[in-house]
Amino acid sequence: MDCDWPHDLDAALRALQSDPDATLLAGGTDVMVEVNAGHAHPAHVVALRRVEELRTWEGNRIGAGTTYTTMERGPHPALAQLARTVGSPQIRNAGTIGGNLGTASPAGDSLPFLAALDASVELHGAGGGRVLRWDEFITGVKRTARRPDEIIVAAVLPDEVPLRQAFGKIGVRNAMVISMVSACVMRYDDGRTAVALGAVGPTPLRARTAEAMISVEPAPSDATLAEFARLVSQEVRPITDHRGTEAYRRHASGVLARRLLERCLAA
Amino acid sequence: MRITVTVNGIDHAVDVRGAESLLYLLREELALPGSKNACEQGECGSCSVVLDGDVVCACLVMAADVNGSTVRTVEGYADHEVLHPVQAALLDGGGVQCGFCTPGFVVAAAELFDANPVPSTDQIREALAGNVCRCTGYGAIMRGLEELAARNVGGGA
Repeated sequence: MDCDWPHDLDAALRALQSDPDATLLAGGTDVMVEVNAGHAHPAHVVALRRVEELRTWEGNRIGAGTTYTTMERGPHPALAQLARTVGSPQIRNAGTIGGNLGTASPAGDSLPFLAALDASVELHGAGGGRVLRWDEFITGVKRTARRPDEIIVAAVLPDEVPLRQAFGKIGVRNAMVISMVSACVMRYDDGRTAVALGAVGPTPLRARTAEAMISVEPAPSDATLAEFARLVSQEVRPITDHRGTEAYRRHASGVLARRLLERCLAA
Repeated sequence: MRITVTVNGIDHAVDVRGAESLLYLLREELALPGSKNACEQGECGSCSVVLDGDVVCACLVMAADVNGSTVRTVEGYADHEVLHPVQAALLDGGGVQCGFCTPGFVVAAAELFDANPVPSTDQIREALAGNVCRCTGYGAIMRGLEELAARNVGGGA
């Protein structure tokens, strides 16, 4: 096996362009599970841990190499909440937001936050850089629009990030679980509300009908909140698997989204 | 390929063949079997080590990626016969049953106590949330560490 240890983005891009089949390695928490199980046998690895540009978080541009431990201490409440629910301290010290995007698991915990904000993904490749909105970037279960010569450089949040935001997820334990349902709610001062859910569809999804209904309700009644939960349950597209049933995930989506909205309204 | 890595203060130059983990490197190449190999997917914490200052699962670190890095394993906590306070607390409190998970608990707990000698019960629980004891000996582990924290509050730190 060959390995490159670039210290800057140009060197990383050159290494990847010399061999677009190379495996990009960030925190390793996904790649090494595949390697240890005998499912992946990389011939060439480009290790990104030392690339300074990727570790830089400035304003609304979160470098792809930012770890969950760093996000736990960041300024966005929902991002900090979700980071704290990922795995264990050991996993949070290694796993990165760029890795979460690159793997694009339906249960990726940072993805509902990015979806709720309509955040974008910045990629750099042989032809220069490009920026894709989250739903242009994530195209299916563990599928993205990243080209083989491209590196995920940053997650880019919009200029407007509401103060009232909340993330939650459901699993069998508080630590060390993959989400059965995850959700992120953003409530803007003018009432606009965004609701994104994870692990209940092939990609993270937005509950647009529920959003439209609740966005014109300045002070929702109990009946309105119940209708909001019902609409969310209707809009998700879960499957039954070893973690939970389709019916449970549908029910839990509505309950969780309502609970998070209530937290936003109380904040 | 040849890499260099500093483990418990000792510099090594070692050959890495493929995508094997840091855990494999430690156990099979550097004769440091304290870090245990169990789940190989970051679920159990038995292989916890400190890589460049952060606690991680050695099974999820590619050995090739530690080139130039500094690693501290469970073997790097006791000063000859003098145990780290966390090791002594687990011994005194009976926080060891079969012992397989103990190295991971020692590393995770030692990093917590070295950063914060007086953690709350919740802080201890969160720091150890990624370490699994299949003997289910959590009660004794927690009591031993809570007693250590209490002693530190009393000025023993």
